[in-house]
Amino acid sequence: MTARPNEPERYYNYAYLDEQTKRMIRRAILKALAIPGYQAPFGSREMPVPYGWGTGGIQLTAAIIGPDDVYKCIDQGADDTTNAVSIRRFFAQVADVATTEETAEATIIQTRHRIPEKGLTEGQVLVFQVPQPEPLRGLEARETETRAMHAYEEYGLQYVSLYESVAAHGYIASTVGYPTMIEERYLMSPSPIPKFDNPKLGQNPAILLFGAGREKRIYAVPPYTNVRSLDFEDHPFETQTWEEDCALCGAQESYLDEVVLDDSGERMFVCSDSNFCAERRAAGHAGPMAGHQLAALDKEPA
Amino acid sequence: MDAAVLTKPHPTSGMTQAAPLLRVSNLTKSYGHVVGCRDVSFELRPGEVLGIVGESGSGKTTLLNAISGKLPPSAGKVEFDTSRFGLTDIYGLNEPDRRRMQREEWGFVHQNPRDGLRMRVSGGANVAEPLMNLGDRHYGRMRAATIEWLERVELDTRRIDDKPRNFSGGMQQRIQVARNLIHGPRLVFMDEPTGGLDVSVQARLLDLLRELVRDLGLAVIIVTHDMAVARLMADRLLVMKSGFVVETGLTDQVLDDPQHPYTQLLVSSVLQI
Repeated sequence: MTARPNEPERYYNYAYLDEQTKRMIRRAILKALAIPGYQAPFGSREMPVPYGWGTGGIQLTAAIIGPDDVYKCIDQGADDTTNAVSIRRFFAQVADVATTEETAEATIIQTRHRIPEKGLTEGQVLVFQVPQPEPLRGLEARETETRAMHAYEEYGLQYVSLYESVAAHGYIASTVGYPTMIEERYLMSPSPIPKFDNPKLGQNPAILLFGAGREKRIYAVPPYTNVRSLDFEDHPFETQTWEEDCALCGAQESYLDEVVLDDSGERMFVCSDSNFCAERRAAGHAGPMAGHQLAALDKEPA
Repeated sequence: MDAAVLTKPHPTSGMTQAAPLLRVSNLTKSYGHVVGCRDVSFELRPGEVLGIVGESGSGKTTLLNAISGKLPPSAGKVEFDTSRFGLTDIYGLNEPDRRRMQREEWGFVHQNPRDGLRMRVSGGANVAEPLMNLGDRHYGRMRAATIEWLERVELDTRRIDDKPRNFSGGMQQRIQVARNLIHGPRLVFMDEPTGGLDVSVQARLLDLLRELVRDLGLAVIIVTHDMAVARLMADRLLVMKSGFVVETGLTDQVLDDPQHPYTQLLVSSVLQI
């Protein structure tokens, strides 16, 4: 291997983790890919960020990244949030990879909360940071019991949460971490992505990897896998919809964030996927508040 | 008295007996050197209510747990007339089949409703959960069934979405009863279902239980240390002492004409007002 340009200041092993750890994580990834939706345990390491900031996702990325990869990191769909910027810089430093904000250019996309609006392609890997991998945990506290439920496909309990939601709101009101069934076998929590993104999980050409650092679990949805969101016969699964279009780019089919602008009730709805929004604006699309100062933030802050 | 008494023709009907729903043979459970229950055998027929009485520490709960599949016995067999496999040793089934049978054909009413209910979800969802476990995926249908069952256990149906903690102890116990009967089990285990309730609430719950059991033709195994509960609920009694069954027979017979000295003591120690 030739000396890398930043060799002197790189005091860590390539991609931060030692080779044995990466090998162990890769084995867990292969197991997870072989059994779609199954939570494969792995020996999660201490990372230089606190639990809850993406330790699972960082370890997955570290295990699969190579110098030829192009890395993108998003948090709530945006490339320019603190956490996304920090993790992107981390891998630029320890793995010598090119980074990008372009969804189509990236080979590895690490994400919290969103699947990019632009369709993924074969060869791309989407790495999710997962706080709680066990969809049944809120209803059943015992790990031994939830493992048995997965082993024997006893998933009636998950419907109790949907029942509660319909009883309280008249419809299935849960919006994030909406439980899904993988290939009609394993129940899987899709991490805190909005249910708006659930339909993108199924038959996706990219590899979807999920890592929970604190809970020490890795699971995966391989390309072109069937994913079904749970629902009742008389209350079918529905995604969120908005009456507004994106205020900046006018997109009608994207996931919108509500941004409060002042203390007199002014607000705007903008695409949560910042790269998607910027590309549309560059292509000439304009929403009702196009040119707003928030739109200026489409390059990574220094 | 020995277990042979219990395999004679059905004492109340005198007719040819139905196949046993449950057959327990030589069941022994020991915790190291400590004996939980020893050499217990009996049969239970559809629609029969069996009471297990005895003082605390006599092995009642150990016996109930061993029969209900929660505690593998040290020796002996528990056979149940499963709808899928016929009369089968429940500990011979593999775990998914046993769990499925427990879910589909049994109910278990705990002494403390907190053990039998999910305290974080509403009373209505608690009652509907067995239906979801059996594969019902139609909200409206389950909701209607839940309301019907809350009515049957005489709960205010407007409180269907309240959390169990907001109900009184007696009401929680009623929710637990509804939850364990809604899926139409054939055998229900009850561990001191009226323990911890005051006397008037106890009486109403017993009344309700008795009515439901008779209406549904359920087979019930009820563990209690309360002779009054045994008298009201049970057709037959097993009296336990130090892990052994010391006396068995029809409830009235055991309570009115106890043979074993311990049973005599037990019956005579009931407070009279």
